[in-house]
Amino acid sequence: MAKVLVFIDTPGAALKKSSLELLTIARSLGEPVVAFNGELQDDVAAGLGAYGAAELYVPAAADLNDYLIGPKAAFLAAAAETSGATVVLAENSAEGKEIAARLGIKLGAGVITDVVAVDPDGTAHKSVLAGSYTTTAKATTPVAVLTVKSNSVEPEQAAAATAPQPVTVELPADATAGAARVTARNEKAASGRPELSEARIVVAGGRGMDGNFGPVEDLADALGAAVGASRAATDAGWIGHDAQIGQTGKTVSPQLYISAGISGAIQQKAGMQTAKVIVAVNKDAESPVFEIADFGIVGDLFQVLPQATEEIKKRRAGH
Amino acid sequence: MKIIVLVKHVPDAQFDRHLSGGDNTTDRSESILSELDEYALEAALQLIEARGGEAAGNKVIALSMGPAGAVNAVKKSLQIGATEGVHLSDDALAGSDAAATSLALAAAIRHLGTDVPADLVLTGMASTDGETSLVPAQLAERLGLPQVTFASSLELDGGKLTARRDGDSHADTVEATLPALVSVTDQINEPRYPNFKGIMAAKKKTITTLSLADIGVDASSVGLAGSWTAVETAEVRPPRTAGTIITDEGDAGIQLVEFLAAQKLL
Ligand SMILES: Cc1cc2nc3c(=O)[nH]c(=O)nc-3n(C[C@H](O)[C@H](O)[C@H](O)COP(=O)(O)OP(=O)(O)OC[C@H]3O[C@@H](n4cnc5c(N)ncnc54)[C@H](O)[C@@H]3O)c2cc1C
Repeated sequence: MAKVLVFIDTPGAALKKSSLELLTIARSLGEPVVAFNGELQDDVAAGLGAYGAAELYVPAAADLNDYLIGPKAAFLAAAAETSGATVVLAENSAEGKEIAARLGIKLGAGVITDVVAVDPDGTAHKSVLAGSYTTTAKATTPVAVLTVKSNSVEPEQAAAATAPQPVTVELPADATAGAARVTARNEKAASGRPELSEARIVVAGGRGMDGNFGPVEDLADALGAAVGASRAATDAGWIGHDAQIGQTGKTVSPQLYISAGISGAIQQKAGMQTAKVIVAVNKDAESPVFEIADFGIVGDLFQVLPQATEEIKKRRAGH
Repeated sequence: MKIIVLVKHVPDAQFDRHLSGGDNTTDRSESILSELDEYALEAALQLIEARGGEAAGNKVIALSMGPAGAVNAVKKSLQIGATEGVHLSDDALAGSDAAATSLALAAAIRHLGTDVPADLVLTGMASTDGETSLVPAQLAERLGLPQVTFASSLELDGGKLTARRDGDSHADTVEATLPALVSVTDQINEPRYPNFKGIMAAKKKTITTLSLADIGVDASSVGLAGSWTAVETAEVRPPRTAGTIITDEGDAGIQLVEFLAAQKLL
């Protein structure tokens, strides 16, 4: 059976949902094997087994996180060659895509990003031009490299668990030589909310928040949602840049996107218009966001959002 | 110093964008200089201005690969302030995927570095059409240059480059030695507009056209033939249509919750 190599980078104490999705997709394409970077904690090792990883490759060098992109691509290339995998799956994050990009050159393999589904024959489904087309594409090379968006499949454990033993993969001597080095790392405070690109529900605020994200955060917490923002709001410094949704921010396709005080400029729409359901609250009835909203409210968000939050809490308490 | 800035001619995102022809490549009518490349151009101009500008022997070369119309991206770059322009154009390039594009661009960059090698290759964070961000990373790999992508700040001190890169869970400071490849985000600066003086000056600047033969690339390694991926089908996604719009009369928050409940989203 063809081997499918899944890249799992520094998960910490537990595997992310997106990694479980990759392992699930890998099983639908062949035999899943894993290239693993970072400290392999017990729960993670058990998780890899539960999802059917047949082989586990780890890098001989422990310092890949001290460099940008290049050495990780070198490790993944070595793991792909050692395992003989014909498909490599990676996360669709900015870093995941760049590692895939360099891996593609090293292996002479076609790279397809932003994949939302993969057929058993390797055909990849994605949308292009900011969601205006859905396309299928295929790598024409012996090996295919795919980066898959979060929430593409429901994670499913394997019928039979495995217990793969780590196999060390040597890196080429020059793997780190020409790489940019990370000299300082500032961890961002965890919000306790779901990660934006993985969240089922996103509540986003724009310039209409006027410096106060409280109503968006309260509604997000009532819904168990992630908080997003327009560029106007992040540029104003009301919320971190990592909350920005759109062309130069994150692309999200949640079940529900609630847009509050956002006009709906083309660059903002580019990041959210593949959401299943869109709700918009804006006091200007002419805002372009209403052209794509399934449910639009012309009104003041400082009235509408807190009322909705209260109503959700009331209903929850009543149940 | 010598900086090569990659500039792409892309369909204007303000209009509907289309795939065309039997091979589902992007329709390039109504195209403009990708606005994300303006940040790279601005970063390059600031770097040479801080080093005495063109008078001190510094230059910024704007390089675009694409069909005839792509020369407009080069012209606009010259109006904004690039020193000279290069247009890589060859019928065989049509339909190139990221791998084929990076192959051709890497050859063009090597060609432009034959007399004086470039100190920096600067690009935008992504093209606004393909939006994959694959090309900068693949160029770094092909050219064997340190890769500093998604830089939101950039400083040079002698042969050392320091940049900031924002990730999801952390922000990093990264260092590399020149020559290097750097892609910049829209957070790095405020791009300037061409002014009258710039537009007049651009008329006197040279634009060199390069073919595949000039850069020593075989036609079969680029274009649809040389691509490693193929688009098989493309379907227009039905445009989203507006749903129910209500005006708040004091209970819109409650109606919103009722809508979510009806959609089973609570
Ligand atoms: C290269 C480039 C990249 C970009 N990338 C992105 C991107 O990734 N993401 C992004 O979002 N933008 C991006 N933009 C910016 C984009 O063009 C818009 O400027 C931005 O999205 C506007 O944000 P906004 O809707 O919050 O602000 P505005 O357009 O100012 O809209 C604010 C809205 O809030 C409403 N409002 C105000 N007060 C209230 C209230 N009390 N209650 C209800 N409604 C209220 C107003 O009616 C208005 O519609 C980019 C631009 C460029 C040039």
